Amino acid sequence: MAKLSAAEIVAKARSDQKITGKEIINYLFDDFMELHGDRCGSDDPAIVGGLASFHGQAVTVITTDRGATTAEKVAKHFGSPMPGGYRKAVRLIKQADKFHRPVVCFVNTAGAFPSKEAEEGGQGEAIAQSILQISQVKVPVITVIYGEGGSGGALALACGDEVWMLDYATYSILSPEGFASILWKDASRADEAAAVMQMTPEALLKKKVIEGIIEEDESNHQRTAGNIARVLADRLAALEKLSPQELLARRQARYRKF
Amino acid sequence: MKLYEQSNTLSERHVKADKEADAKVPDRMWVKCPHCGTTLFAKQLTAYATCPECDYGWRIAARQRLSWLVDDFQEDDTDLQTDDPLDFPGYREKIAKMQEKTGLNDAVLTGEATIGQVKFALGIMDPTFIMGSLGTVTGEKISRLFEKSTRKREAVVMFTASGGARMQEGILSLMQMAKISQAIADHAAAGLLYIVVLTDPTTGGVTASFAMDGDITLAEPHALVGFAGRRVIEQTIHEKLPNDLQSAENILKHGFIDAIVKRQDEKAKLAWLIKTGGGHRG
Repeated sequence: MAKLSAAEIVAKARSDQKITGKEIINYLFDDFMELHGDRCGSDDPAIVGGLASFHGQAVTVITTDRGATTAEKVAKHFGSPMPGGYRKAVRLIKQADKFHRPVVCFVNTAGAFPSKEAEEGGQGEAIAQSILQISQVKVPVITVIYGEGGSGGALALACGDEVWMLDYATYSILSPEGFASILWKDASRADEAAAVMQMTPEALLKKKVIEGIIEEDESNHQRTAGNIARVLADRLAALEKLSPQELLARRQARYRKF
Repeated sequence: MKLYEQSNTLSERHVKADKEADAKVPDRMWVKCPHCGTTLFAKQLTAYATCPECDYGWRIAARQRLSWLVDDFQEDDTDLQTDDPLDFPGYREKIAKMQEKTGLNDAVLTGEATIGQVKFALGIMDPTFIMGSLGTVTGEKISRLFEKSTRKREAVVMFTASGGARMQEGILSLMQMAKISQAIADHAAAGLLYIVVLTDPTTGGVTASFAMDGDITLAEPHALVGFAGRRVIEQTIHEKLPNDLQSAENILKHGFIDAIVKRQDEKAKLAWLIKTGGGHRG
């Protein structure tokens, strides 16, 4: 495989042909049941969560979802969650903790949705609580970033024990366009920014921000999903051997090193 | 007053955040309140730097805040130095310049403070140090502040002021949010009190982590507090936002903070809260 530039990986991460969260769920689990609502008055469709079995074991599953049809995409803000989305995720993760089942998260979001309602609904507080609560749960939490990992809105679901990325995924503090516009006052220098920002899986692995890279077959989503399933099975088995104390200490060390 | 209202909306303040940052630092002869537009003789501001008309608190350096906030202070972690993790052109020079300007090694001042008989851990972010952005050293100092106060069984008071993530440190800036949150969770699990005081401006990754993790959350009058940048929101939803959307007053109304406190009252209020609100254990 020829080595792609950071800008080319950004384009592939954002591609319409990209595997979706719902496809991953369908390939990985044959009994997924969606569980709705944040119990605070909303059910953000940009985050889909629920219960499934994986290799004979119950798991809590959470994914960001961009939607398939135009109507869905609008309702889901193209995969950018509202505060209620994060609150729903936290509710389900705490439930997983209660019943000792691991959590797997799949993330592809440009970031938390910026709007008047999101601000007044406490977008910052919702993300802050997600990061705080996930740091404390006594069950394994593994995240796969399968497209864009945009800023705090992605971190809110990627702050557990391990984070993996597909070949064509990115993870950064903001979009390369935003970075170029803030630091160089020129959004058109986004490609250059992508290279500087070290947002590709390879660069992030080198910095130990992620545990590993999962091979992606853009033309065969089933194969990609199979690769994800193998990594999850392997890593969940390893993490479940740890005592809750060991798990929490390991998680703490993972972030303390930064 | 109409003219003032037109030219001093929160909207313009936010959009021109960089250009106008200097105007919010009261170092001139005449100053105009960015909130209500009242023109003042700079000397009228005193060390508190607040508007006598509307109580808005200007953006002030951490050391200036310290001068009236506490009776005694022992500073920690003055030796930490950022690594320039992205090899970002000009970043080391920028840091050196900011260090000279503020007398800080990074965007937060941390240490152990005393008000009367009350001892506590204190962190003050400095909005004049690259907009109080969250770099690796900022994050390290705040994490150590919580870790040390967990060991010493002390309350923590954080004054937040931040434009958000430190762009020049990329993803490592984002990781600070998770790192600090771990330290806060341990402090909370030990049954210790954490008080946040939101000051102008508190935004982005700071709002989305330790600024919203307090047991008690206060804010200064008219402080801008939000997650997303105003311009980003307006460009996304294609409409103009109400001027006061990201204000302390509006987030109070929506239930995200406990109270708004004037700068002049902060010292007494904090001492009372630490004594009364949970600081007296073990």
